[in-house]
Amino acid sequence: MEKIYQELKKIVGDQYVSNQPEERFFYSRDGGTTEPCFPDFIVMPGSTEEVQKIVLLANERKIPITPMGAALVLSGLSRPLRGGIVVDMKRMDRILEVNEFSRFAVVEAGTSEGKLQAYLKKHHPSLKHSVPDAPPMATIGGNILIHGSGHLSALGGFHTEMLNGLEAVLPTGEIVRIGSCSVSPYWFSRAPLPDLAGLFLGWAGTTGIATKIAIKLYPDRPLNDIDIFVMEDADSVPDVIRRLSGTAVAEDITAIMTPVPEWASGFQMINVIYGAESKREQVLKRDLLRESVKKYIKDKVGGFMPLYSDMKGRFMEAPASQLVRFADVKKGGGFEYVGAIMPIEVFPDAYRKGLEIAERNGVTYSTGARIIGLGHTMMFFYAYAFNRADPIDVKKAQKALEETNEAALTIGGIPWKAEVPAQQGIIRRMDPNTFKLMGRIRQTLDPNGIMNPGNWEVPS
Amino acid sequence: MKYQEILHRCFRCGYCKLPSSYKDINCPSYLKYRFETYSPGGRMWLLKAWLDEEIKTSPHFAEILYSCAACGNCVEHCVFPKFKADLLNAFVAGREELVDQGAIPGIVSDYFKAIQLYGNPYKLPEEKRDAWAEGIGVPCYTNEEFLLYIGCPGSFDERGQKMARAVASLLAKFEVSFGILGKEEHCDGNEVKILGESGLFEVLARNNIEQFRKKGVKKVVTLSPHAYHAMRNEYPKYGAEFEVFHYTHLLARFMDKGDLLHGNSRIKVTFHDPCYLGRHNADYYTPRTILNAVPGIELVEMDRNKGDALCCGGGGGNFFTDILGSGTESSSRVRIREAIEVGADILAVACPKCAKMFEDAIKAEDQEDKIKVRDIAEIILDERL
Repeated sequence: MEKIYQELKKIVGDQYVSNQPEERFFYSRDGGTTEPCFPDFIVMPGSTEEVQKIVLLANERKIPITPMGAALVLSGLSRPLRGGIVVDMKRMDRILEVNEFSRFAVVEAGTSEGKLQAYLKKHHPSLKHSVPDAPPMATIGGNILIHGSGHLSALGGFHTEMLNGLEAVLPTGEIVRIGSCSVSPYWFSRAPLPDLAGLFLGWAGTTGIATKIAIKLYPDRPLNDIDIFVMEDADSVPDVIRRLSGTAVAEDITAIMTPVPEWASGFQMINVIYGAESKREQVLKRDLLRESVKKYIKDKVGGFMPLYSDMKGRFMEAPASQLVRFADVKKGGGFEYVGAIMPIEVFPDAYRKGLEIAERNGVTYSTGARIIGLGHTMMFFYAYAFNRADPIDVKKAQKALEETNEAALTIGGIPWKAEVPAQQGIIRRMDPNTFKLMGRIRQTLDPNGIMNPGNWEVPS
Repeated sequence: MKYQEILHRCFRCGYCKLPSSYKDINCPSYLKYRFETYSPGGRMWLLKAWLDEEIKTSPHFAEILYSCAACGNCVEHCVFPKFKADLLNAFVAGREELVDQGAIPGIVSDYFKAIQLYGNPYKLPEEKRDAWAEGIGVPCYTNEEFLLYIGCPGSFDERGQKMARAVASLLAKFEVSFGILGKEEHCDGNEVKILGESGLFEVLARNNIEQFRKKGVKKVVTLSPHAYHAMRNEYPKYGAEFEVFHYTHLLARFMDKGDLLHGNSRIKVTFHDPCYLGRHNADYYTPRTILNAVPGIELVEMDRNKGDALCCGGGGGNFFTDILGSGTESSSRVRIREAIEVGADILAVACPKCAKMFEDAIKAEDQEDKIKVRDIAEIILDERL
């Protein structure tokens, strides 16, 4: 082990590798409820070439590698299930290019969402990227690779749909470029080439390490507004979402259902955020939204919540720091989080299942959904707060998480950023030939099985 | 351990590492080391693990705790309002535990010994405390309105001495009634406290309070924001009843006296908020009021300013222990690059530690021709370039 440690130091420098108990402790877990898995080494490369050398070393020594962004998924995906090397990518945080005309940015994969957000605001104020509601330390690479979504997902879909291309180090050490950047100096598109990006998206770091990412940027409009449609009848929510998203004016549509304050329990609050270049455009968009759901307003089933302009900023904050505060509702420093990708029509089932599971397990919950595209799908989330200092409470949240993953699959959804038990649940339902294909691809790309082993596998 | 009840409440979300713009890392130790363990969240989780005996006391653990610059960025930007105020207190409590266990880094132990044996961290005779004032005719305190308290860096460090002379000269020029303790002055103890030796701090604080009481001191004006912080916020717990000012508070009173202010050259100045005046005591406007009043100065702001200012890295005892160390990613060097980026000719400071940290950083960055560090008093005295 000492030899490997010395080799790693040669690659990244003494300062950026550790095998100390303190780092091994911290990097063995994330903020969720999954059990710790201890790495042998934590290493922080500063360039693609250093990543390549680490991967080559790991191949030579047959040591597992687990790439890590900000470890904010809460499902333990950055835990090294079989030990080995955790590669913390956050030193690779340079913003390499912003193309104003073709509206894209090229960044190193460890660049934080917050850093790009601030950079665009200062240097390219007419542009923005889709910011997820994860804390701003979340990395662009990590969020893309887990099929993240964010504040422009009603406009542009999943963040993977906003990916123009990437550079990655394969498990055998080759550096590859995917998308237009493999042919052209411009990182403008994945089309019209065979789309190899799928080899890396949603694989939980089992097929390589992304080192550079190109993402689409969008106009940052001078006027921004939010309308919140409130209703009680969960069964009508799919239709309301279909209508609102169908207007194609929203940048972001989210639904929030929370038991606190008590008077709001049972309310379905659908937040629609939209931008405009002019007052006229803003009014037109507002009218289109109102027109789309006028049936519900007329029948007094729901209506738009009156909001003072100074209150709107809080609802439009990107990322929404308020969401993180849910971790302290039990003065306990944690919440477990299930996001499940589902068709819109199962919204009522998803909502009721969440309530049922929360009540059965006695956990404090919050639920909601982010609409992807023009109502093409949604990421339905369940958050269960727990007190980290109380092992019984942690177990309750863990149980609720597992039940929720199972429930999501039962009603036709698929758990997002699935931890290992949820991956197993998905594999059990997956077309066997699809899973076989996944295995063949992994075997081809990673003959030594070093990349984040333990994920997307049938338990032996 | 004090504050242990909040440790498990950290969600390790990372807001504490950033300024409000999210522009870049704003925690000096995380910026330098980049392991999560060196971030505020890392310390919270490690302290809990340490108390739960999941990790042991070790030199590495001590280094992690002592690399915190106590700049207060985490307190400012943590998104959990119910416990954020105590983040830094928890880290200091962790240091106190290490002190009790005798497990502190050698350099920290040397610091405490120097305070105990010499009365100052420079290991110089206390009789030399007034060396900075030689030849400028500063009166010893008898019964003046203000006691000008200089502190260790102002008394013994060459850069600090220069700043002390500028402040004293300016107060004299503005005909402020003040005196100094000279050889009789003692360490204020702020760094002793933040390094975890609360017992020694109490002794220093009580001695100073008693000395001031005997001399009839009603108002103290400090050179350093660190001393200002300790005397303003900690000394009252031990019975201090005097008023405390930072020297900028006094200077601000004279900014309407145009005939006393000079400025022949047009010059671009950016101000670095010292953590103990800014984040710890919420005064962002006094220094700017002064700089805006001085003729010839164009005040420009760095992206990270006021509550978002990036610490010079000299806080939390690091000015003396240097546990944070140097290197291209040290916060003082990053800050210099930031000041150059806004085109400033002068990086204005209001703290002797910041002045020293930044002058060293300018040398390390090889930018001595590009930018100078000047204290606010030096700027008013037109000692600009």
